[in-house]
Amino acid sequence: MQSVFRGPVYVVRDNIDTDQIIPAQYLNLVPTIPEEYEKLGAYALCGLPESLYPVRLVGEGQLDTEYPLVVGGRNFGCGSSREHAPIALGSAGVKVVLAESFARIFFRNCVATGELYPCECVGRLCDELRTGEVVSVDLDAGAVTVPRTGQRYAIKPLGDVRAVVDAGGLFNYARQTGMMPR
Amino acid sequence: MTLTEKLLARAAGKAEVRAGENVWVKADVLMTHDVCGPGTIGVFQREFGAQAKVWDKDRVVIIPDHYIFTADSKSNRNVDILREFVRQQGITYFYDVIDDPNGMWRFDLAQGALKRQYGSQYAGVCHTALPQKGHTRPGEVLFGTDSHTCMAGAFNEFATGIGNTDAGFVMGTGRLLLKVPETMLFRLEGKLQPGVMAKDIILHIIGEIGFDGATYRALQFEGSGIATLSVDDRMTVANMAIEAGGKNGIFPFDARTAEYVEARTRLNGTRQSYEPVELDPDQKVVYELTVDLARLEPTVACHPDPGQRKLAKELGDVQLDRAYIGSCTGGKTSDFVEFARWLRGRRVSIDTFGVPATPEIVHELQTTRWGGERLWDLLVAAGVQMTENAGCAACLGGPVDTFGRMNAPLKCISATNRNFPGRMGHKDSQVFLASPATVAASALAGRIVDPREYLPS
Ligand code: SF4
Repeated sequence: MQSVFRGPVYVVRDNIDTDQIIPAQYLNLVPTIPEEYEKLGAYALCGLPESLYPVRLVGEGQLDTEYPLVVGGRNFGCGSSREHAPIALGSAGVKVVLAESFARIFFRNCVATGELYPCECVGRLCDELRTGEVVSVDLDAGAVTVPRTGQRYAIKPLGDVRAVVDAGGLFNYARQTGMMPR
Repeated sequence: MTLTEKLLARAAGKAEVRAGENVWVKADVLMTHDVCGPGTIGVFQREFGAQAKVWDKDRVVIIPDHYIFTADSKSNRNVDILREFVRQQGITYFYDVIDDPNGMWRFDLAQGALKRQYGSQYAGVCHTALPQKGHTRPGEVLFGTDSHTCMAGAFNEFATGIGNTDAGFVMGTGRLLLKVPETMLFRLEGKLQPGVMAKDIILHIIGEIGFDGATYRALQFEGSGIATLSVDDRMTVANMAIEAGGKNGIFPFDARTAEYVEARTRLNGTRQSYEPVELDPDQKVVYELTVDLARLEPTVACHPDPGQRKLAKELGDVQLDRAYIGSCTGGKTSDFVEFARWLRGRRVSIDTFGVPATPEIVHELQTTRWGGERLWDLLVAAGVQMTENAGCAACLGGPVDTFGRMNAPLKCISATNRNFPGRMGHKDSQVFLASPATVAASALAGRIVDPREYLPS
C-alpha cells in the first residue's frame, strides 16, 4: 500500500467542524450517487469564512483540489455525524488529514469509508506550516518532512485503522479478512 | 461497571466489558433520516446487493425530518428514495411526510412556510419523535445516522451517532464493532432555581470540560437532582453530550422513565418489554464533577462553538438581530411552555421564529389554553412567527428557502444545540445558544439578557 504522500498542504486551525467541511445546504447530495459524490468534492471546506481563509481548498468551478494534504489543529471534524464530510475531502482529492486531534465520529467515518488517513500529529503542525508548503508524509516511518527546510515532525501511528483505510474502507476490509463473505 | 459498560456488555453477550475494549454489539434499533438515509441505503445496496433484505424490518426506523419544507428538488427526492426503499423492504416504522405510499413529496412554496403541509404519519425531528413514537427503551442499544442520537441516553439506553457506512453495515448485519468508552461522571445535586433550565446545566458542563472535553467518552449523570428533572429535561442534557465530543450520555432509570416509556410504547404499539441497567457501586470513571443545580445561572454558549460559556448577565451589550426556538434540544412542549411564560402579554422586539420539533408538539401548543387563550395564539400575539411545519428547519441552516434560515450575517440567540460558523445559514452569522427562557427574555430586550430580569408577572 502507498505509504508516502507528497504535495502542498492546506492549513486550517482548531475546531474545524463538519459544517465548515461541508455546509449543510449541500447535504441534499447523496454520496453513493456518482455525480453527487463528485460534486461534494467541489464544496469541500467551502464553509470556512473567507475572512480567515482567503485561499480556498478547491478553486472556483473546480471539482478537485491542488492540496492533497490538509493540516488542522485540535478537534478536527467536530459536530455532526455526516459522512459527507470525509467524503467531500476524499472526493476533492485529499489523501491525508494531519491534525492535533480528531472528533470521534469524523475519525471513524474516515476509516469506515476509506476516503482518507486521519493522522494525529505530535504537536501543532498548523502553527508551523503555511498553506502551499510542500511536505512529504510517510505513514510507515511516522513522519512528516518539509523538503524546503529539512524540518521533520512526528505523527502518531495509525494502529489498527491503517489496514482498514488501506483496504478502502470497512466493507473491503471485512471481506479481505474473512469477516464477511466476498 | 459503569452504565455504559453494562449496556455494551449485555449487547455483546458478555458478562463484563471494560473501557478501551473493542466489542461487537447487537443493535436494538437503527434510525436514519432524509439527509443520511439515502446514502446509507446506497451503501447497504452496494455492499449487500440490490435484492438484499435489512436485518430486521421492525428495527430499522426511518424518520424524514431535516430538509422537508423546502422546494429544493434533491431534498424532496431524498424523501422519495426513503419511501421507495421502505416499500421494497416492507419496513414497519416509516414516518412519511405524505400519506400516499405511492406518492411523491413536493413542498409547495406558494402555500407559505407556516401552514401545515404534512400528512397524518409524519413525526418531525427524529430524536424527539423516537421517544414519542415508542422507540426508546431502557437497556437497549440505539444507533442513528445523526450525532444527536445520544439524546436517547435520557432513557437509560446506549445511543450514539454513526456515519452512513457504519449504518449500512448495521442495516445488513444488526451489529457493529465499538470501542467501549471511558466514563465521565456528573453528579447533579439540588434543584434548579426559577428562570434556570436543563439547557443551562449542559451548557455549564460543556463550559467546564471544554467542547472536546469528552471526546470518545460517555457522560454519565447521577445524583439526587435527577429526580427533579423531567424526561424532557433529561433529553435536553443528554442531547448535548456530543457537543462536548462525547460518544453517548446516559441517565439512570427511575419511575419517570418507566412511566414515559410504558405510555409511549403502549400508545404506538411498539415493543413493550425492556430491562434497565442499574447503577453499580463498583464502577471506574475517569473524571467526576458535582454540579449544584441551585447555584446554576442562565448560561449562554457564545459564537463560534458550544464551549464558549458565559453567564447571560455578562452579555448585556450583545445586540441581537433575531431569536429562534426549536430543534430536538429546544423545541419540545416544555420548552415552548417556558418560552410562553416569558412572552405572555408582551411583545418581542426582534424577528423571532418558533419551530416545534414534532407535529404532536404543534397539537399540544394548539390545544393547551391559558385562561382561555391557546398557547399557540399567545405566542403569535407576542410576535413570534410560529410554523406548523415541525422539523429541523434552520437549526442546521439547510437549503436557502428553509424557514428561519439566516441568509445574511446576523446575530441570533437560539434554543438549539450547535453554533459553529455557518450552522444556521450564512457563514458570517453568529449564533448564541441559550435556554428557552433566556431566548424569550432576549427576544423581548433585543439583546442578550438574564431572564430573571424579565420575570413573568
Ligand atoms: S433539530 Fe437540529 S440538532 Fe436536532 S436533529 Fe435536527 S438538525 Fe440535528
